[in-house]
Amino acid sequence: MATMDQLYQSVIIEHDRSPRNFRKLDAPTHHVEARNPLCGDEVNLELVVDAEGRITDVGFQGRGCAVSKASASMLTTAIKGKSVAEARELADQFQALLTGKGADEASLGKLKVFAGLAAYPMRVKCATMAWHALKDATGEGRGARSEG
Amino acid sequence: MQRPARVVVNPMTETPLAPRPSRVAALRAEFPMLSGTSRGRPIVYLDTAASAQKPRAVLEAMRQYYEGSYANIHRGVYEASERASMAYDGTRETVARFLGGVSPDEVIFLRGTTEAINLVAQAYLRPTLGEGDTVLVTEMEHHANIVAWQVAGARTVAIPITDAGEIDLEAAERMLAAGPRLLAVCHASNALGTINPIAELAAMARRHGVPVLVDGAQGAVHLPLDLPSLGVDFYCFSGHKLFGPTGAGVLWGRKALLEAMPPWQGGGDMIDRVSFERTTFAPVPQKFEAGTPDIASVIGLDSAIRWVEGLDRAAILAHEEQLLEAGKAILDGIDGVHRVGDPARNVGILTFTVDGAHAHDVASLLDQDGICVRAGHHCTQPLHRRLGLDATVRASLAPYNTVADLEALGASLRRVRETFR
Repeated sequence: MATMDQLYQSVIIEHDRSPRNFRKLDAPTHHVEARNPLCGDEVNLELVVDAEGRITDVGFQGRGCAVSKASASMLTTAIKGKSVAEARELADQFQALLTGKGADEASLGKLKVFAGLAAYPMRVKCATMAWHALKDATGEGRGARSEG
Repeated sequence: MQRPARVVVNPMTETPLAPRPSRVAALRAEFPMLSGTSRGRPIVYLDTAASAQKPRAVLEAMRQYYEGSYANIHRGVYEASERASMAYDGTRETVARFLGGVSPDEVIFLRGTTEAINLVAQAYLRPTLGEGDTVLVTEMEHHANIVAWQVAGARTVAIPITDAGEIDLEAAERMLAAGPRLLAVCHASNALGTINPIAELAAMARRHGVPVLVDGAQGAVHLPLDLPSLGVDFYCFSGHKLFGPTGAGVLWGRKALLEAMPPWQGGGDMIDRVSFERTTFAPVPQKFEAGTPDIASVIGLDSAIRWVEGLDRAAILAHEEQLLEAGKAILDGIDGVHRVGDPARNVGILTFTVDGAHAHDVASLLDQDGICVRAGHHCTQPLHRRLGLDATVRASLAPYNTVADLEALGASLRRVRETFR
């Protein structure tokens, strides 16, 4: 089991320093603001979904701990090009990985690195926040003006 | 009765000396948790401001109640119930003495400080609240001392603080003159450690005819209490921060105010005579204690207060002062670590930020070394906004801490800086 130090050193610090797709989109079709009132973390996730239901662009902004930022950063690279249905399935697998509910690790790719966080339940919500935001943004009846 | 303090005085300066290391070791040995581990490392507990560890005496008192004289109170005539009732009601006298010699009838047992503030908000303020009425708080208040008033329907207005983290007394005078319904202020800040000049504020409030509630959650743990001369109207504290169990805390109020307040919860044990048409209520304090209370925790609180009274208070204060100065020096000596606030009088709270690292990440990495601190906004979001910060790390001190604990914090923080460099 990876210790927290190893987790930080392997991936979290790097994404915290240079988060991918950390930008505001010009014309998002979906967006949601997620907040964790307990720690004050905020993530604003934006998507462009085309007519075929494929995610053609994704960006996030926000503030929070390195775990939440790294997770959001890796989310953006993982879901770009996927269909909304595939991205939502990935969110479910990621959630399963962090709550020790037997995820399909093959489908998670690089995201598997977060498995070590399952040993720290108090930090799991930091990593899953962006993924909850993704599910909120793409949930039933969600469109361009959706708010979390 | 209170044991005479065993004050050790430096003959040269006549100032009390901190307890010798062997004494601190003996004190630590009274706390089973402190000989344990966290993440496989010896525990370094620096989160007493959130909740204190418990000495064996407290655990033993509760065990004896559950194993030897367990029964409900005020209901049975048999021996166990009689013993439980006497222990429960006897705690009122212990608390009354601890608060500086108030009447035991003015001591109400509740779950803790939060519930005590809510009782005052609902039973004292709300029934007479008018349109536009305000409660004057401070920028350093805990959410409990802000939100309870808002829930009761009042608007909260905050006295500003200085950058050092102290109340702006000139602003306080001006804002008290505006006629708030109540001044609600912490004895000591849970986020900055600031010890507020309560007697001065209370005198100011009295000149303007404003009653005063003091949130003593942190203050009662570190400061000698003399409520009869403090000049306040309500004082509340939580047992669990005072080395007692969770589930038992205290509201003290002036008897005339408590008597004028309606009950806030109805139930058993708070009545005089009940009928379907009309019920009359028991006198204070029973009027505010509906239903079976947390008897074991109240008994534990009695033991905790006696434990605190048995300490050599002067030596403990000197020890805590020494720890605080050592902690400040250690934190100030680490590049990229910045202390938040610097009040002249501090109950033993060191709050700080680390450049480039969010407070939660800092706390998680400290946790890897067995160091327990608090990270976040510490239930003081308005204070953090005032300071322009999202989150901070807080190390809080207790008599059982040592300079070695703070050195461990310093060494671990240096590693955090390496990780985030």
